[in-house]
Amino acid sequence: MLRYVLRRLALLVPMAFIISIVVFAAMRAIPVDPGELVLGPWATAEQRELARQKLGLDQPIAVQYVRYMKQALQGDLGRSIKSGKEVSALIRDTVPNTLLLGGTALLLAYCIAIPLGVVAAVRQNTLVDQGAMGFALIGISIPNFWLGLLLVLVFAVNLRWLPATGSGTVAHLVLPAVTLGLQYTAIVARMTRSSVLEVLRQDFVRTLRAKGLRPGRIIYLHALKNAVIPVISLLGLHIGGVVGGAVIVETIFAWPGMGALLVNSIIARDYPIVQAVLTLLGVAVLLANLLADVLYAAADRRIKY
Amino acid sequence: MDAPPEPGTWNAEAIGAPFSPWRDFLSRFAANRSAMVGFVIVLTLCVMAIFAPWIALHPIAEQDLMVSLEPPLTDEYPLGTDQFGRDIFSRLVFGARVSLQVGGIVTTVSMLIGITIGCLAGYHGGRVDAVLSNLINLVYGFPLILVALLFVAVMGPGLGGAMIATGLVTWAGFARIVRGEVIALRNREFVLAARALGRGNAWIIVRHILPNIIGPVLVIASFTMAVAVIIETSLSFLGLGAQPPTPSWGSMLNEGRSVIYRAWWLATFPGIAIATLVLGFNLLGDGLRDVLDPRMRT
Repeated sequence: MLRYVLRRLALLVPMAFIISIVVFAAMRAIPVDPGELVLGPWATAEQRELARQKLGLDQPIAVQYVRYMKQALQGDLGRSIKSGKEVSALIRDTVPNTLLLGGTALLLAYCIAIPLGVVAAVRQNTLVDQGAMGFALIGISIPNFWLGLLLVLVFAVNLRWLPATGSGTVAHLVLPAVTLGLQYTAIVARMTRSSVLEVLRQDFVRTLRAKGLRPGRIIYLHALKNAVIPVISLLGLHIGGVVGGAVIVETIFAWPGMGALLVNSIIARDYPIVQAVLTLLGVAVLLANLLADVLYAAADRRIKY
Repeated sequence: MDAPPEPGTWNAEAIGAPFSPWRDFLSRFAANRSAMVGFVIVLTLCVMAIFAPWIALHPIAEQDLMVSLEPPLTDEYPLGTDQFGRDIFSRLVFGARVSLQVGGIVTTVSMLIGITIGCLAGYHGGRVDAVLSNLINLVYGFPLILVALLFVAVMGPGLGGAMIATGLVTWAGFARIVRGEVIALRNREFVLAARALGRGNAWIIVRHILPNIIGPVLVIASFTMAVAVIIETSLSFLGLGAQPPTPSWGSMLNEGRSVIYRAWWLATFPGIAIATLVLGFNLLGDGLRDVLDPRMRT
């Protein structure tokens, strides 16, 4: 197991470099003259050429990449074209907010979804089951940006219980976290249900039933333990998903996280920020996927690596 | 009169008639509630998209500031108007075209890529499979919206970049399933028989393997349509997808966001449209899986 984790970690390093190269190359493929972006449309050709030299853009792309990585690994990600602020400082400010939002959303999702899935499985084909699964299907089908708008409409515009945008207090966190979490509540509830149903069909459950154990004890002590493990092991995949979902949810609620920073920078064509944030989010997803595989392996001892 | 026989059970006529997989599929499909509801939703919206010019009440770009932000259920504007006085109903009808076109193109392209790579990996196995499986797993676990945003950042706002990005990620869903199915099929008797007769690999894949994996591919295609619709509307919502005056449901919601304190309808109806279409494809996919999965048969 430890060897498997170490091997995967070793593989992570080249993959992270590949992501950084892809993003770097993509940013250089943009058909916009960075000199013009920095100086505005009225700069003369000489001024632009000078700016290109100052930014090191006259060098071959490989040289540019090596220099960029050297600086990046020392914590220098360049400066924003528009505001002149250090990109690393912008990222330092936004990372905790995204972690807070994503963490709350996932916690909320798992805490609601697992009991919901268990109840639906135990009462399979009853109204409770159909209600829970209907809710889950709707949760999967509602796009998160519309859910966000609906929640704003109901709880901020009409009831005036919660603020529509911004951050700072717990009240600000409620709507974005629910918006981001609902989709995973739905997915996890569906998975928990099918996982519990599968365990309940297994031989050991029949044995427990045959020796006269009460159904409640079978379900909540023996079956649940086995059913929840594969569900929890998918947490890694959902972390990756939440990284993507946060981009949209943060934009709707003006939540000052990395996702909103990314979208605003794309719109403002502030490429140093776009490049740094996309690379970091990509590496975060790699880490989440690694976690997913490790959790999966840890959950099922029959899988050998 | 006897009660109509349960679908899939034997009855006097069925014993007489030869078994037809196509008719078998249709009867199972018709008996599956989820599949039928999804099918009806998707079909309705497709019809709406095709006949949009005849269904819409007003031209989509017709602005009339005199009727800006009219509430729904007026005689002329059943779902109200937006801040420019454009008819929301008509724009919704045309918006179906945008979502379904993007979904259709993305799904077709990613299906072709996915089937090709899945067949290569599953059929040849060995080192080819090792490389391709790693690629499939890497792409499969990657959040679509991040890749889409990378393309939009490079190519500028618009649906072109969004479609390429979505296709570049969603093929992995097809490839995973196809690879598994092909591995299960490649040593079956009918494949070995074809090989013994001297058929080439391409012939075997096209004639003997592909017809056997249509079912699972259809299921994934339905879910991919749902994903593609969500990505198109998400990007349009962020202002990075469909550009005005193209009426995307996503960009309509974005316009609704700015007047949400005055006009609830603009932030509501396009969302219902998106959720309905996505729900339709999800139901259709769920239903198709139940209908086509042999393990579900009793």
